[in-house]
Amino acid sequence: MSQEVLLKVQKLTKVFGGIMAVCDLELEVRRGEFLGIIGPNGSGKTTLINLITGFVKPTSGKVLYRGQDITGKQPYRIACLGIARTFQMARTLQRLPAFKNIIVPLCSPRVTKFRGGKYGERDDVAIDILDDLGFERDSFVPYKMAGSLPHGYLKRLDLARCIALRPDLLILDELFSGMAMSEVAATLPMLEKFHREGLTIIMVEHRLRELFRVADRVMVMNFGQKIADGSPQEVMEQEQVQRAYLGTEVED
Amino acid sequence: MPEGGKYRKERLDRGIKARSDTLYVLASWKDLCYLLLPRVVPLGLLFILPVVLHGSYWEKVLFYSCIFGLLSLSWDLMAAVGLVSLGQALFFGAGAYMAGALNHYLGWPIFLSIPAGTLGGAAFCTILLVLVVRLRGVYFSIVTLILPLLFAHLIETLEILEGTHGLLSLSPYPSGWLAIYLAIVGLVVVLFGFRKLLDEDFGMILRGIKDDDRVIMAAGVNVYWYKAQAIFLAGAVGSFAGALMTHYYQFVGRSVLALDYTILPLAAVVMGGTGSFAGAVLGSFILVPLSEALRAMGGLRMALYGLILISALAALPEGIFHYLERKYHQFERMVKI
Repeated sequence: MSQEVLLKVQKLTKVFGGIMAVCDLELEVRRGEFLGIIGPNGSGKTTLINLITGFVKPTSGKVLYRGQDITGKQPYRIACLGIARTFQMARTLQRLPAFKNIIVPLCSPRVTKFRGGKYGERDDVAIDILDDLGFERDSFVPYKMAGSLPHGYLKRLDLARCIALRPDLLILDELFSGMAMSEVAATLPMLEKFHREGLTIIMVEHRLRELFRVADRVMVMNFGQKIADGSPQEVMEQEQVQRAYLGTEVED
Repeated sequence: MPEGGKYRKERLDRGIKARSDTLYVLASWKDLCYLLLPRVVPLGLLFILPVVLHGSYWEKVLFYSCIFGLLSLSWDLMAAVGLVSLGQALFFGAGAYMAGALNHYLGWPIFLSIPAGTLGGAAFCTILLVLVVRLRGVYFSIVTLILPLLFAHLIETLEILEGTHGLLSLSPYPSGWLAIYLAIVGLVVVLFGFRKLLDEDFGMILRGIKDDDRVIMAAGVNVYWYKAQAIFLAGAVGSFAGALMTHYYQFVGRSVLALDYTILPLAAVVMGGTGSFAGAVLGSFILVPLSEALRAMGGLRMALYGLILISALAALPEGIFHYLERKYHQFERMVKI
């Protein structure tokens, strides 16, 4: 992990009607870091991701990526700068074959710049990426319509779309929710591998055991605010976190 | 199984298609016929028909069918990107007026005014619709519905482009053959061009936009740029139809912005089957001649026309082309075991 700050969030606030979804949030992510974000339902984790990736415009505050202000930019511009995100409810292109889903990021200006925009081998690249994530190339799975694949495959297809973009920062929104244990066990080492290769990862997750195995640092959110930040052990020892997660004990 | 299991049914296209959609293995002349007939016969008919019908009233109907076929193709491309247009008349009118005005005021000959009308009309429509390309679903449709009506009123009240009189005595085609074959070749090129386009990577993105545009954005692709390109292509095809028609009539007036040019292509695509382009053409080649054939019915014409349209939609909601395509792939032969 280097000392360079890749992503910096300053006093970020988002108000939906009367609800403060994210409130004065400060966050710094260094290059090569694996940050976990946890918190109870409705604590603003997904909104934070939407704010960083441009899908939601903040009410106030700033998002800086490599020192550049990206607040309120179009989502595709932010993606082209190297921030890729998955969606909580795995979003895929249902009426296209699974591997054609991966063609889309391969056509983005970010990737064509890398590869010189050569046409014809995109299908092969797409199959390679899917093969790495457990879509066996010799099976029929990569060629099936995405809409007919089981949930676990859709989640990984969503991840594959991000990987195809060759991101510098990968943001995962509850990647493991709804995945079978075996699928989690197969995907986790892949994430560790990407992380070792230098990819910065922010992971919002409810499966704490898996998250704590891979995360360097964990931030805990509640009611749109940061209530704890530190190593997994440090964070879980804090009383405030236990209260937010487990509730307070009822006195007899 | 009949006859003690000596024969079994086998699907023809199983044997012919070797694992991929583009590679075929032919074992007999029957396989060849199965593969070629449904593709070659309609195309051959289309090119022979003008000769057969030459000089008759039905030659005109063939020309109209091609014009509405082009408009339906244009509608189907927009729909493939998830843009439901209720204003094909805008594309048609833009091309018609552009070609007509260039010919009428500047005296451009026909072989210049048609291409210029096509591209100019497409550019005009794209500029207008790009302003509202962020609108989704029914909101976009409403805008497309209003635009042609708006321009019809502007032309009428401001008396621009000769107002209600329209542009008269435009150059005719040097020969009737040119008009009809221009329409037919245009139709075939656009049909196969669009089908090919949607199989390319470019087309994958267009189809993806219809599925979920947020996925496309998250993948770093500018959705609005791709939508604008699709609108330009659809606009060019619609404007081409308008420019062809203008010189056929040697007249262009407010009627080119009428609802007919919106409703009929839409009905044709829905009847023929959306998303395949072939369905759009098939639908036009059923509906346009049908509406002409019903002229003999006099006052009952529109009622009967509507009735036929509704029964076709109720019986085959997937569209005639998709139904035929399904039956074609299910075609079986008896094989000796």
